Amino acid sequence: MISIQNLQAKVEEKDILKGLSLDIKPGEVHAIMGPNGAGKSTLGNVLAGRDGYEVTGGSATLNGKDILDLEAEERAREGLFLAFQYPVEIPGVSNLEFLKASVDAVREHQGKDALDSVKFLKLAREKCKAVNLDQSFLKRGVNEGFSGGEKKRNELMQMMLLEPSLCILDETDSGLDIDALQVVANGVNAMRDPNRSFIVVTHYQRLLDYIVPDYVHVLADGKIVKSGGKELALELEEKGYSWLDTTTGAQ
Amino acid sequence: MTDAVTSNDEIHEQIRKDYAAGFVSDIESDTIEPGLNEDVIRFISAKKGEPEWMTDWRLKAFAAWQEMEEPDWAHVDYEKPDFQALSYYSAPKSMADGPKSLDEVDPKLLETYDKLGIPLHEQMALAGVAVDAVFDSVSVATTFREKLAEAGVIFMPISEAVHEHPELVKKHLGTVVPQRDNFYSALNSAVFSDGSFVYIPKGVRCPMELSTYFRINEAKTGQFERTLIIADEGSHVSYLEGCTAPMRDENQLQAGVVELVACDDAEIKYSTVQNWYPGDEEGKGGIYNFVTKRAVAHTNAKVSWTQVETGSAVTWKYPSCVLKGDNSVGEFYSVALTNNFQQADTGTKMIHLGKNTKSTIISKGISAGKSQNAYRGLVRMNPNAEGARNYTQCDSLLIGDQCGAHTFPYIESKHPSAVVEHEATTSTVSDDQLFLCRQRGIDTEKAVSMIVNGFCKEVFKELPMEFAVEAGKLLEISLEGSVG
Repeated sequence: MISIQNLQAKVEEKDILKGLSLDIKPGEVHAIMGPNGAGKSTLGNVLAGRDGYEVTGGSATLNGKDILDLEAEERAREGLFLAFQYPVEIPGVSNLEFLKASVDAVREHQGKDALDSVKFLKLAREKCKAVNLDQSFLKRGVNEGFSGGEKKRNELMQMMLLEPSLCILDETDSGLDIDALQVVANGVNAMRDPNRSFIVVTHYQRLLDYIVPDYVHVLADGKIVKSGGKELALELEEKGYSWLDTTTGAQ
Repeated sequence: MTDAVTSNDEIHEQIRKDYAAGFVSDIESDTIEPGLNEDVIRFISAKKGEPEWMTDWRLKAFAAWQEMEEPDWAHVDYEKPDFQALSYYSAPKSMADGPKSLDEVDPKLLETYDKLGIPLHEQMALAGVAVDAVFDSVSVATTFREKLAEAGVIFMPISEAVHEHPELVKKHLGTVVPQRDNFYSALNSAVFSDGSFVYIPKGVRCPMELSTYFRINEAKTGQFERTLIIADEGSHVSYLEGCTAPMRDENQLQAGVVELVACDDAEIKYSTVQNWYPGDEEGKGGIYNFVTKRAVAHTNAKVSWTQVETGSAVTWKYPSCVLKGDNSVGEFYSVALTNNFQQADTGTKMIHLGKNTKSTIISKGISAGKSQNAYRGLVRMNPNAEGARNYTQCDSLLIGDQCGAHTFPYIESKHPSAVVEHEATTSTVSDDQLFLCRQRGIDTEKAVSMIVNGFCKEVFKELPMEFAVEAGKLLEISLEGSVG
C-alpha cells in the first residue's frame, strides 16, 4: 500500500523528519504515537504534500507510485486522505457543494463519470446519517460554526464519500468527548477493508481502545524508535515515553 | 505542418481565454477626428438629427464642463485622459442610414454580438429578455420592441426617444444627475452618443427583463452612454446592463450616466455585470470606467442596484439612491473584484430625505494580484428623515499579500431618530483553506473560485437567474492565475 523509506523533511529550515521508514500493507491499521514535537503531524502533512513542508531525502510510494513529486490534489486523487486535527472553516461555501467538487475531482481522475446532483445528494444524505450529523449540515458552510465534534464527523463523512485507499487520521481524538469519539471510531471501523490502510496518529491510548491497530510505532525526534503490536500502546500509557531511548534510534 | 498550426491556434486560444471578449471586429466605421469643441458637439447632434433644444442642452453642458476640473479625491492613480486626443463619435458605417430591421444590419456586427453570447435575432434570444445593443456610439438593435409596446412599455435607444417621446426625455433628462453634478457627468451631457431609454407606464409590470449590452470596438474612442429609466406610479421593471471591450494597449474612456426615476409605489431593479477590458498583467491598457449612476425614489418606491464589477483598469463609480419620498427603499448589492494592476474605488450614496426611508448596502470587495480595491460609501440622514434606517455591511477578501483593500464610510446623521448600522470585515483566502480543498482533490483555481463565490453569495442571489451564473463564471475567469 504505502512504503516510506528513510524520509527526511524540514519545516522553516528546521529538520523534523530524520530518516523515517514505514511499510504498510493493504488492510492494516498502524498507530503512530510519540511525545510532543516528535514530528507526528509533520508526517501527515509531508505525505499529503502541504506547502511549506520540504522533503530533503527518502521516498514514499503509494500503490507503487512515487507520490512525493505530485501536487497535493493529485495525491488526494490517488487515494490519500488526511483527516485534519483542526479542520478549517470555509464560510459561504456549502458543505454539499464542497463535497460534490471533491468527489467529482476524484472520480474524474479515476475515469468515472460525475455523479448527477440527485444521486449525489442521496449519497451525501446517507453518509450524513452514518456519521450522525443532521442533514442541515449539508447546506451549511464547510465547518462554519461547527463544534469540534461536528467538524471531526464532517471529516469522517468526507472520508466515506471519497473512499480513499490510505487514510491518515491526525489526532482525530483531540477535542472529542467520549460519545463523539465513539461515533468517529465506529465510522472508521466500518471503513476498515482489506484494500484500505490507516495511519492513526494519536497522543493517547484511549482512541486505540476503539480503533484497534495492527501495529503501534513510537515516533521520536523524527524517527521510528520502537515498533510493536497493540500492547505497546498500553505499555506507553503506563510508562510514558521517557523509558525509551529516543536519542539513539533504538529498534 | 498542420499539427504545428493547430497547436499554435490552441495556444493562441488559451491566451485569449483570459479575456474572451477581447476580440476586435473588423467593421468599417464612421469615426470623427479626435478633439473636442463646440463644433464636435454640433456635429454629434446633427448626426442624430436632434432638435434644437437638445443641441442647446449639450452646449450648455459643454460650457459648464470647460469650467470644471477633473477630480482627484478617489483612491486611484492613473494618467489623466487627454480629452483632445479622443474621438467622440464612432458608428459602424452600415448604420449610417439606419437599419429598418435586423436583416439590414451588417452581418459582422451581428456576429460580434453572437460571439459575446448575445444573439440579437429574437427567436434565438434569451427567453424573456429584451436586449438593446450599443456598439461604440450607437444603438444597433433593440429586440422585442413590439411585444413590449403591447404592454405600453417603451424600450428604445435614447437617440430615438429624443424624437419620438421628446416630452418624456425633456421632463426627466438631467433631473437625477444634473449636468453640473461632476466633471464626467458634464462631459457626458455634452457628448453622449447613445444609450437606452425605458418608460414603464402606470401600474404596469414589465413583462420581461430588459437589458443593454455596451461594446466599445473602435480604437481611441470614448464611450459616453446615457441611460434614462422612468418607472411611472406603481410600475415595476428589472433591467440588466452588460459591458465588454476589445483588448487594446492604450486606455479607453467610458463615462456613462444612468438616471433612474422611480415614481410613487414603483420599483426598479438595476443590475450590472461589468467586464470591460481590465488591461494586461503588467497593467497596460484597459478601460477607465468613470460612471455616474443615480436614482430618485418617490413615496413608497424601491430602487435596487446590484453590480458585479470585474473589468476595467480603473473603476470609479457610486450607484446612488436619493430616497426622496416617505417610506422609500434603496438597496445596493455589490461585488467588485480587482486583479493584477486594476484599481477600483466604488460604493454608493444613500441620501435619506423622506420619513421612514430605508437603505441596505452589502458590498463585497475582492482584491488579488497587485490591485487596489476601495469601498467608499455615504449614508446621509437629512433633518426631515424621521425614522430612517440604514444597514451597511462591507466585507473585503484578500488573495495574496500584494493587494490592498480600503474602506471609506461617510456617515452624516442629522435626525436623532435615524438609525445607521455599519459592519465591516476583512478576511483572506488562507493557505489552510486552500490546503483543505486540495487535500480533497480540488485544484487551487477551482478552490479559489469556490471560496470567492461563497463570499459573494449574498450579492449573487440578487441577480436575475441567468446572470447569476454568468457572474460566477466571470469571477472564475478574472481570477485565473491569481494564486500559485
